[in-house]
Amino acid sequence: MSSKPMSVEELEKMAVIIRCDIIDMICTAAAGHPGGSLSATDVVTALYFRIMRIDPENPDWPDRDRFILSKGHACPVWYAALAERGYFDKSHLKTLRQMGSILQGHPDMRKTPGIDMTTGSLGHGLSAGLGMALSAKLQQKDYHVFVVIGDGESQEGSIWEASMAAPRFKLDNLTAILDYNHLQNDDSVDDIMPIHPVIDKWQAFGWNVIDIDGHDMVQVVQALEEARSHQGAPTIIVANTVKGKGVSYMENVCEWHGKAPCQDEADQALEELRR
Amino acid sequence: MTINHYHYLRPEINSLLASDELFAKAEQQPTRYSYAEAMLELGEKNPKVVVLDADVSKSIKTNEFADKFPDRSFNFGIAEQNMMAAAAGMATTGLIPYATTYAVFASMRALDMVRNSIHYPKLNVKIAASHGGITPGPDGVTHQGQEDLSIIRAIANSTIIAPADPATTKLAVWAAAEYDGPVYLSFTRDPVPAIFDLNYPFKIGRAVTVRDGSDASIIANRDLVVQALIAAEHLAAKGLNVRVIDCHTLKPLDADVVLAAAAETGAIVTAENNVFYGGLGSAVAEVLVENNPIPMKRIGVRDTFAESGPYLDLLEKYGLSAKHIAAAVEEVIERK
Repeated sequence: MSSKPMSVEELEKMAVIIRCDIIDMICTAAAGHPGGSLSATDVVTALYFRIMRIDPENPDWPDRDRFILSKGHACPVWYAALAERGYFDKSHLKTLRQMGSILQGHPDMRKTPGIDMTTGSLGHGLSAGLGMALSAKLQQKDYHVFVVIGDGESQEGSIWEASMAAPRFKLDNLTAILDYNHLQNDDSVDDIMPIHPVIDKWQAFGWNVIDIDGHDMVQVVQALEEARSHQGAPTIIVANTVKGKGVSYMENVCEWHGKAPCQDEADQALEELRR
Repeated sequence: MTINHYHYLRPEINSLLASDELFAKAEQQPTRYSYAEAMLELGEKNPKVVVLDADVSKSIKTNEFADKFPDRSFNFGIAEQNMMAAAAGMATTGLIPYATTYAVFASMRALDMVRNSIHYPKLNVKIAASHGGITPGPDGVTHQGQEDLSIIRAIANSTIIAPADPATTKLAVWAAAEYDGPVYLSFTRDPVPAIFDLNYPFKIGRAVTVRDGSDASIIANRDLVVQALIAAEHLAAKGLNVRVIDCHTLKPLDADVVLAAAAETGAIVTAENNVFYGGLGSAVAEVLVENNPIPMKRIGVRDTFAESGPYLDLLEKYGLSAKHIAAAVEEVIERK
């Protein structure tokens, strides 16, 4: 069914491969969102190669853990993880955003094996995950639902509707991961519409909050394991991350939110990542 | 006098239609309550059915479902966006959520979720929308869902049902559970007469001729079906024999029935308690203009907001009553 969970060292190597896939596919597509894909890579890698109970041969397995990338524009990281995990052939990555591709510009659950929820319009995914977690409770299933949300996305009011509801429904089978990379499309989150203090806010809403370095694989794995076993309330992992992580000229640079690297830039990025 | 022309009408309605006392004497119910009653039965039959509320369960009476099936009822509070996207998530696991609120909130406050999380992935969510049209008479404009049918109709993968009365509301609610995909169900806040019996042959997408006629056709939905029947009765007194079609499913529109009415009666009036852009009138006009452009007139809410007031008085003032429908029929017959 599923392959052996990876060690931290193996996960770190896989994260490099996935980051390279992200650069490759966005460069080929000449469009896409590298910054937020690279910031979320370590979390997504840990989920797909160690934490989640999944079966790539059987993507609709009713008892599988669910994953939702609520910040859907970062789907290159999701597509790369699914391809590396064997949900579909890696050759599809080159078709990102092209006509007829199974890999749409934003995630489409009807087109891509392994995509558990269609996203793209921000502020939906946490609610959808909440619905899945409610279903699990009702149907007495023990799967867990993981949702990655963005910090810019947290400006959407619906995020806070969901944050209010999940503890009320005692959804300890729901884990949110905030990809806290501090940049959004227009500028820094702090300058546009600050969301801090996020830890206090989520705690006040009744969540178990874990604050980590979202690029330290030991911390990422530990936090996800703790979240999965936490009882009585949902968990949010505040993953402090760097937008564009791993590519020097993209790190903490706002314009790489939604810009594709040209071939020369991609070559430089791949060289840096593989070092 | 015209009893033989009708189909599926309850006997007491036959005798009241011409009397001007239909709303005074007929058995009536707001169809939101018919929905809630239907859910009690559906909950028994289908364990996959769950009800999601947004703090109007006492108004719609889905609190009775919550009492009967506490594990399968979820009140999201005043947070329709969260409710709609959560319904989508629940549907991915095989449950059949009925997300319940008022039309204005279902179709506008939560529209982004309704479009992107429910209709785009074609998830099996039923959207139960009360307070359709200007029937929330006393509540005023903020609670009058006069645009929702047009808005939802513009979304791909949508199926829209606006049943006329308590019996057909129940049939619609049950039929929706058997259909795999999003269904938008539209109900009234105000009482409407129980005109049909449960033998009504309800099928999603199939409009039903409920009164025979050959001089013109009225194609109506939700609460204006009864107004259309009253109009037809008045016209009969003038010697005009008018067909009435209950077009409960707005989308997909039953083009066959529309075109048959066009061919056989030569003139059509549409009647809807909804803005006359993008709803039933537009849908029928689209079919006619491309196939058989006969004389036609649309009865609907003109380009205006209404106001607070008693339901029947609002229908009069905003041009939606049997009187207006009858006048429109005479006009299209004149233009034949």
